Amino acid sequence: MKPLRLSRNNRNRLTALGFLAPNLLGFLVFTLIPIVIGIGMSFFRWDGANDPVFIGLKNFARMFTDTKFANSLRVTLTYTLLTVPITIVLSLFIASLLTTKIRATSAFRSVFFFPYIASIVAVAIVWQFLYHAELGPINQFLHALGIANPPRWTSSKDTALLAVAIMNVWRAVGYYMVLFIAGLVGIPASLYEAGAIDGANAWQKFRHITLPMLSPTTFFVVIISIINSFQAFTPIYIMTGGGPGIATQVLVFRIYEESFVLSNFGYASAMAMALFLIVLVFTVFQFRTQEKNVAYMQ
Amino acid sequence: MVGSAKSLARNILGPRSGTHLLLYLFLIGASLVMLFPFMWMLSSSFKPDKEIFEFPIQWIPQNLHPENYVRVWNTIHYGRLLFNTSFLTVMITALQILTCTLAGYAFAKIPFPENRIVFLCYLATLMVPFQVVMIPQFTIIRLLGLMNSHWAIILIQAFSPFGVFMMRQFFLNIPIELSEAARIDGLNELGIYARIILPLSKPAIASLAIFTSVFVWNDFLTPLIYLNTAAKWTIQLGLRSMFAEYTADYGGVMAGAVLAILPVLVVFLLLQRFFIEGIAMSGIKG
Repeated sequence: MKPLRLSRNNRNRLTALGFLAPNLLGFLVFTLIPIVIGIGMSFFRWDGANDPVFIGLKNFARMFTDTKFANSLRVTLTYTLLTVPITIVLSLFIASLLTTKIRATSAFRSVFFFPYIASIVAVAIVWQFLYHAELGPINQFLHALGIANPPRWTSSKDTALLAVAIMNVWRAVGYYMVLFIAGLVGIPASLYEAGAIDGANAWQKFRHITLPMLSPTTFFVVIISIINSFQAFTPIYIMTGGGPGIATQVLVFRIYEESFVLSNFGYASAMAMALFLIVLVFTVFQFRTQEKNVAYMQ
Repeated sequence: MVGSAKSLARNILGPRSGTHLLLYLFLIGASLVMLFPFMWMLSSSFKPDKEIFEFPIQWIPQNLHPENYVRVWNTIHYGRLLFNTSFLTVMITALQILTCTLAGYAFAKIPFPENRIVFLCYLATLMVPFQVVMIPQFTIIRLLGLMNSHWAIILIQAFSPFGVFMMRQFFLNIPIELSEAARIDGLNELGIYARIILPLSKPAIASLAIFTSVFVWNDFLTPLIYLNTAAKWTIQLGLRSMFAEYTADYGGVMAGAVLAILPVLVVFLLLQRFFIEGIAMSGIKG
């Protein structure tokens, strides 16, 4: 019998398959195939029990006339505008303070970071109590300051989204702070020394050295924070349940409700595709601007 | 390197020591804001309901009321929740480390012809929001007859493409000469993976383990979709159901919140460095 001989390519294929197999199998069944099914499902009407019915682009057409969908887009966008800019500015500010020559920086870093890894459910519940319109410490404090009619936070449709947004800024600021600290520490000291010799003042150094050198980090933080803000589900589910009315029904909440509460899996999939498209547009747009604006280290 | 940022801030803030004092005051004030919800939660968890909303806040309760904890332990069967959550966390983290390091090794160290294209498939899926796969995963799990089973969550989360990506990036930085020397010494691929690459990758594996376990511990949406009966619930589901059902039991809910956060706090205090370096590492390379 001839010994089995494999070309180098085939031998590598076989070895690689051995290493890949466990993950690849799970990846195919629980990630890649679901993505393909998800795209396909958006062209069907399906209640999860009866056979799916192909309806072409009707799910997508429905989105254009669905006021609840339009509302969810508006709420999502507002939520992003309420959280992302302030979170980025605050986290960059704290990161620059924590890279100065002060003591206990690592203790401060841990304090700022911890809310990010604490149970979201627990944290959302505690904030819900803090926000309590009559009894909550926040409004009792505002009363004590002489404010007669403080905002009713999560129980009013005008302030519910703001209340969730404030909680989320508090929760996420430490995460982006850690990313900014890593970026700041990587900027070579020689640049600031050169700037000092040229007589640049503090603002000029920040504007012309720190910001350009930090732009890869900033770019990453902006993308991640926008994408995260588009996916905020748990705090809204716990604190407001999408309400009052539909005031805090962000897109991902709408998708959850449409699928697992109302069993309209086809329409929910179509909305998920819309979410995917939005995330993709932001990513591509950010990559484009990055190519133009980002100064690279080398 | 660190000096750069330090000199930056010195330039922004000026060399006077007065600014240092201001800096400390600001940072301490901000820290108190960050800690306020946790301190209030802890203090309230030992109070009877009528004292919780007293103003000004009585930070140290006149009488400690640990019975809130006893009540939580019994009403939401905290022991069972703790067991379920720990089981999921350990299983998913262990499986992720195993499958992600194996796959990461193939992508980083084996030059098979389809390496690039298969890896691109993995990368592309990182951009897809969970909501896109949520419904098809649900139908597949139902098809497999795994509804209301912990295995639904384990299977969905054990093969993280992000974990593969993270491991590959780390393995790429390990010089190929090390593998080649080991090969000359007679080690096969599995031996190189197990005896050379894995021991050198402890920091990356620790980061992956920490993130996965914290994510699984705190995850709410996946258990919400798959686990219907209270016997299967995780801590997060139990806590949320207690919050929804026992709306007037403020002290009990606060005690439940403390119990949900405590394990993560303990691990965080022990491994702070890994948490923060791990985030920075995955962040910069991502």
